Amino acid sequence: MPGNPQLNANGELQHLLSIEGLPREILAQILDTAEPFADVTEREVKKVPLMRGKSVFNLFFEPSTRTRTTFEIAAKRLSADVINLNVSVSSQTKGESLLDTVANLSAMQADVFVVRHGSSGAPYLIARHVKPHEHVINAGDGRHAHPTQGLLDLYTIRHYKKDFTRLTVAIVGDVLHSRVARSLIHGLTTLGVPEVRVIGPQTLLPAGVESLGVRVFHDMRAGLKDCDVVVMLRLQNERMNGTLLPSAQEFFKHYGLTADKLALAKADAIVMHPGPMNRGVEIDSPVADGPHSVILPQVTFGIAIRMAVMSIVAGN
Amino acid sequence: MKLLIKGGRVVDPASGRDEVGDVFISEGRISGKKEKADRTIEARGLVVAPGLIDLAARLREPGYEYKATLESEMDAAVAGGVTSLACPPDTDPPLDEPGLVDMLRRRAKALSRARVYPVGALTVKLAGERLTEMAELAEAGCVAFSQANMPLADTQVLWRAMQYAGTFGFPVWLRAEDRWLSQGGVAHDGEVATRLGLQGIPSFAETIALGSVLQLVRATGTRVHFCRLSTAVGVEMIRAAKKEGLPVTCDVGIHHVHLSEMDLGYYDSHCRLEPPLRSQRDREALAAGLADGTVDCAVSDHTPVDEDQKQMPFAEAEPGATGLELLLPLLLKWGTEKKLPLAKTLARVTCDAARVLGVASGRIETGAPADLVVFDPQQLFRVTPEALKSQGKNTPFLGYELAGRACYTLVAGSVVYESGA
Amino acid sequence: MTKLPDAETLLPRLAAELKPHIAPATAMIGLYTGGAWLAERLHPLLGMKDPLGFMDIAFYRDDYAKEGLKHDPKRTKIPFEVEGRDLLLVDDVLYTGRTVRAAMNELFDYGRPRSISLVVLADRGGRQLPISAQYCGAQVEVPEGMRLRLKRAANGRLSLELEHAG
Repeated sequence: MPGNPQLNANGELQHLLSIEGLPREILAQILDTAEPFADVTEREVKKVPLMRGKSVFNLFFEPSTRTRTTFEIAAKRLSADVINLNVSVSSQTKGESLLDTVANLSAMQADVFVVRHGSSGAPYLIARHVKPHEHVINAGDGRHAHPTQGLLDLYTIRHYKKDFTRLTVAIVGDVLHSRVARSLIHGLTTLGVPEVRVIGPQTLLPAGVESLGVRVFHDMRAGLKDCDVVVMLRLQNERMNGTLLPSAQEFFKHYGLTADKLALAKADAIVMHPGPMNRGVEIDSPVADGPHSVILPQVTFGIAIRMAVMSIVAGN
Repeated sequence: MKLLIKGGRVVDPASGRDEVGDVFISEGRISGKKEKADRTIEARGLVVAPGLIDLAARLREPGYEYKATLESEMDAAVAGGVTSLACPPDTDPPLDEPGLVDMLRRRAKALSRARVYPVGALTVKLAGERLTEMAELAEAGCVAFSQANMPLADTQVLWRAMQYAGTFGFPVWLRAEDRWLSQGGVAHDGEVATRLGLQGIPSFAETIALGSVLQLVRATGTRVHFCRLSTAVGVEMIRAAKKEGLPVTCDVGIHHVHLSEMDLGYYDSHCRLEPPLRSQRDREALAAGLADGTVDCAVSDHTPVDEDQKQMPFAEAEPGATGLELLLPLLLKWGTEKKLPLAKTLARVTCDAARVLGVASGRIETGAPADLVVFDPQQLFRVTPEALKSQGKNTPFLGYELAGRACYTLVAGSVVYESGA
Repeated sequence: MTKLPDAETLLPRLAAELKPHIAPATAMIGLYTGGAWLAERLHPLLGMKDPLGFMDIAFYRDDYAKEGLKHDPKRTKIPFEVEGRDLLLVDDVLYTGRTVRAAMNELFDYGRPRSISLVVLADRGGRQLPISAQYCGAQVEVPEGMRLRLKRAANGRLSLELEHAG
């Protein structure tokens, strides 16, 4: 089996495909580099000339306004040129393969491909076929990984809690379908968080999830006890009335975050959500807008993290 | 034509014979008489064995000629020492009409390579609704009836199909898979699928179906051959069924004897197979089951797939691996790892496979058809796309070094393949 | 072998040179890492109103295409308004001038200063851009293939040292 496809021969990050498999030094490097970029987003002139002349191609096979926009903002704040390609389903049906699409873009002098795709593993396939000076950043592949989201979640936790090695973190909701959850779990375990919990009904937890290094809870109240960080996952509409869950109401009653459930966590616990939120399904408004919530800062940190990731990979 | 294969290590699994000797061939059969030969094949240092019988090899005709043709795949077969093969009915159109079966057999016969035994469709279009005219299909040359990779969900139809086949004494070949539990799945439902974010097919998708079919075997008495076992529990269930005396046999894909979910690595779509590669525990049980005979034979499950269809994200890639030319080397690798005598290793693709197929070949004895393979058990070769004759280059073993290349392959006493020719 | 000047000797001389030119509106910014150390020693000697600012030029370097993001960048902290100010930019060694150019570009993204003066401990020549220091501790000749560096000991003592480049 080949070596880690994310690292070049010098052990430097050339693609960001997944948090899994990255040494903690690289995770730390990204988090540390994001701090000065966060400062840049706070100043009046929010731009630095670092990546002037570089081209970032946003290749989104799955529609997404939020993630795409934050990558676009991040690239522009690095003075890079941004090209957005929303590859619609129809052009794929026309028969152009994923690799053909990438090859065509390669011919247009790309430096960075930011890829979001509905099939797990698609960015790996692309990374195997790009030229040496081209870099791939995974903006979400199927249910496998969303590494920049995981990193901004780690950054957020570090910002408010400082020391990873003393935390209890709970991730609540549809872990089965969540690339955000997988990425965050890998990040937390790599950075030494002693207790990572997943909370959800059996139908929403993947097979062998304990092998990721987590403790499983089906009872949310038990799972939230003494938590420092509560991460609520988005429950997609399709899941709510099928074979996995009977209804949004029942889900909210047992797995939705309300003030009384949150009271079981530590008094200074923070509440996170990758967004967009389904108010009244996984989280209620008083909590989402309340003093424990750091959901809005997460968004700001997201730009700094993406600036850090882009400038690190594109420079290697 | 009289042929002499001289001085090779003659291994006949059916009789247990394993000694250096000569094999005489006359009029397409193994001859008991030492006669002057028209041609002598020097086989010193080589193994002389019955030609391999592969119970599952897709020739891609009719209908999928852009993937591979009968010519290329038959060349691949004999290059791999395979002298008889059974092809599944999932062609396009499926083998549910006597005319199609007839045409396939004639085309194959005209090529004068390996013997082809078509397996007919159990239901029309493999759709799992209406029975096919099994008697007509058998007359056209079908040796058994199967659903290929299209699980038959309607148990009422399955029961009746088994009853009908059993009426005529036809065996039914089935891959045990519960359609509802396997739907949408692309990998084994376990730790690797969880890490890679792939939709999983749980083991009980196989074992639930296995249990149902075994109940139907008890009820109908129909002979069932289970194709491509993939689970440890499945092996246990077959072991118990055989002990009970049920008329069942089973096979395992040779890839599943060597590979597990760990081999998916970073989404290697060459490991996208049906059934999926499961856990190490399952793999070990399959390898052990093949050794103790609970699993009757190993097959290649040869499925040539265009590289374009493999260079796709894992879940979108077309499942299947090419394998006709690698069946023998991979089988020998298994035998070596299990420390089995060569005769026992080869039994799983010769006399044992012949037994399942119901044919007389697969043995070296006077009067038997001269279907033989002469191979070098030592010389290593590297698996590269160029080294393969099949149009399908899709194998998880690309880059591996294996031993067990055929030097000569004979069917009905004619040399149909010669390496170095 | 040229003897290197003693940083601790140069420091008070540099401060004495600067002192007459410090106005109430003058502010100081040290460039990481050596310039920051130097500025931390100079700042308290000069009685300036504003706290010391620190700058990392990682995002303004001109060699990203070749070198990438070499080190983990530190955080630039400028705790005063840049607009209309007389600024003292402090670095340890002045060589090609590229660091100072990057620092000036970064500074202008914070506002429009009235003036910028450059303070360095050592000038080793070898300029590749039209940049000069208004206040300089000493001129130092550096042999080919060597690098001039400011070092800080555990007790805070500053010293100039030579090391092999590359």
